[in-house]
Amino acid sequence: MTNQITAKTITDSEIFYGHKACAGCGGSLAVRIALKVLGERAISVLPAGCMSAVGFNYPHLCFSNNSIISTFAGTASMLTGVEAGARAVGIKNFKAVGLAGDGGTADIGIQALSGAIDRNDDILYICYDNEAYMNTGIQKSGLTPFGAKTTTTPSGENIHGNLRPKKNLFEIVAAHNISYAATASIGNLPDFINKIEKASKIKGTTYIHVVAPCPIGWGIPVNETIEIARKMIDCGLWYLAEYENGQFTLNKNPRDFSSIKDYLLSQGRFKHLDDADIEILAAQRDAKWAAIQKNWNTTKEEL
Amino acid sequence: MTKAFLSGNDAFAEGVRLARPQVISIYPITPQTTVVERISEMVEDSSLKSELIHVESEHSALSCAIGASAMGARTFTATSSQGLLYMAECLPYASGGRFPIVMMNANRSTALPWNIYGDQRDSLSQLDCGWIQVYVEDAQESLDMALQSYHIAENPLVSTPVMVNLDGFVLTHTYETVEIPSQTDADRFLPPFQTENKMSLDNPKNLAFSVGPDNNMEFKYLQHKAILGSKRIIEETDAKFAEIFGRSYGGLTQGYRLDDADYILITLGSITGLCREVVDELRERGEKVGLLKLRFLRPFPSDDLVAALGSAKAVGVLEKDISFGYEGTVYTNVNSVIAKNGLRLETYNFIAGLGGRDISRENITAIFRHLQTGGQHVNFIGLGVTIDD
Repeated sequence: MTNQITAKTITDSEIFYGHKACAGCGGSLAVRIALKVLGERAISVLPAGCMSAVGFNYPHLCFSNNSIISTFAGTASMLTGVEAGARAVGIKNFKAVGLAGDGGTADIGIQALSGAIDRNDDILYICYDNEAYMNTGIQKSGLTPFGAKTTTTPSGENIHGNLRPKKNLFEIVAAHNISYAATASIGNLPDFINKIEKASKIKGTTYIHVVAPCPIGWGIPVNETIEIARKMIDCGLWYLAEYENGQFTLNKNPRDFSSIKDYLLSQGRFKHLDDADIEILAAQRDAKWAAIQKNWNTTKEEL
Repeated sequence: MTKAFLSGNDAFAEGVRLARPQVISIYPITPQTTVVERISEMVEDSSLKSELIHVESEHSALSCAIGASAMGARTFTATSSQGLLYMAECLPYASGGRFPIVMMNANRSTALPWNIYGDQRDSLSQLDCGWIQVYVEDAQESLDMALQSYHIAENPLVSTPVMVNLDGFVLTHTYETVEIPSQTDADRFLPPFQTENKMSLDNPKNLAFSVGPDNNMEFKYLQHKAILGSKRIIEETDAKFAEIFGRSYGGLTQGYRLDDADYILITLGSITGLCREVVDELRERGEKVGLLKLRFLRPFPSDDLVAALGSAKAVGVLEKDISFGYEGTVYTNVNSVIAKNGLRLETYNFIAGLGGRDISRENITAIFRHLQTGGQHVNFIGLGVTIDD
């Protein structure tokens, strides 16, 4: 299975354009790239959320491929119906793709996602993770990390933002024995492109969890979206990995982590963290990496 | 055509088979479950060629059906009670998107208290969700309306989902002799599904979009107009059905001994059969009583009601429903027609059968007595109490 599309050869034509996403939006970049890789024969399902809010306002519709908004909880279930319906009416060579945020995937949509993976429906589900409910104005989701300030996890003298660690959705999905799952980041587009293309060629349910920072929600300048996504990987709070044939594989195995403190304190949402809070995050990171190094296939150094 | 001894659910499943839906999403709930069991068997033995999808909830059942319908596939799903309420978000979604899905609902009480038996509060609570709502009386009508519902829903002028309601247990699980049409005749009646309201690779579309204040009312007005317009399509469908299968249900309502009737009882669903017998008994005694079965609650059969009730002295509405804090929902709807058309007659509401409570022949006889003698307006049958606002 050789992939064809690289950052250099990716098409110039756009499928998702003319939308009203904020400057520096990571989610819209993830959706744009995903559809460029999948092409015009992708049929996309997006739940109520940022991308449908910015790209789906009659008569101003911003997808040149077939696209439909689902209910917030119903990305995966509608995707199942679209895939089955397309086959039933005789459509061939298409890809049904879900493009949902972290709240729509890890919280309200997790039941439908679990059902679709259980059925092994022939769909690709891409979760663009900006670590909070951004469309409604930055509220905590199940993928909001420890310590992050959101409008529902404010930081003050008593509580320093979100008290719970980020839910590990990649491994929750993998635990279904899914055909293919991967993590990605818009901080590493070649890797993301590679994984979309790979997933699109696999029959059965595939899942890509792509971190896509939101400048407004994260409290960063709009021209630093990519940079902060890279820093997140470099400091070890995110990792690029795949799950296939019952095996986890780490795609990038850094020798040293960059400063976690620098990553955190360059964002408004973490500005309030004290050294003790940062120690907790560093300890969580180190425990996770110890488990990764012990249990996952880490010999690959592709990137 | 063959004859078989079938339950309401079995009969409905036969109707679904004859309609050849291409995608079916299934999830069990009492007393709907045997429908999806029969359909699963039909797919297994290839008598029904359909994509059968085992969804993990009713919300997903309807969400999945919407997705398949948006690709131009004929779809089916079924539910009941808590399941209908769990999928409630998807109900106006399906109708607002103008997806002509057909869904069977086994009418069942809603919790709390928990109760698996039949009443109509589940579907009547969703009267405003933009679906066409049908209430059927017996197993034959169940089968026939499975077929007819696709014919109505998929008419391009209608393009609206249809919910077919069967009373839980008393209809879903009661066996009767049913005529099963041949597939040839069914195909003659129901052509394959064609729609422009779909995504296709030749003509890509963005569906299920947002519409702001500038255009939203136009969409809602057109939706309303389509459902009102479905009255004519419902009648044409009934006529075409009669022509091919020899059975007619009269369209939106079905009257019984209404000529010269002074006292008319309005019913929906399976209780109608017993009420018809009581009408016969009272008629034998020379009493001028009649019966009007409401088959459709949306669109509401206003014209039929005016024609049927015009010269009556009193009308009663018997329903397995209560809108807490007011009266039965069907009664409110009937009274609105009477008020708007200046009809001068007394109206009474009989709340019965909640949580599956039996409605007896004596209860119905007493209801006619109440119509004749007058009394309180809102009555709980079997409790010996009345409630008037």
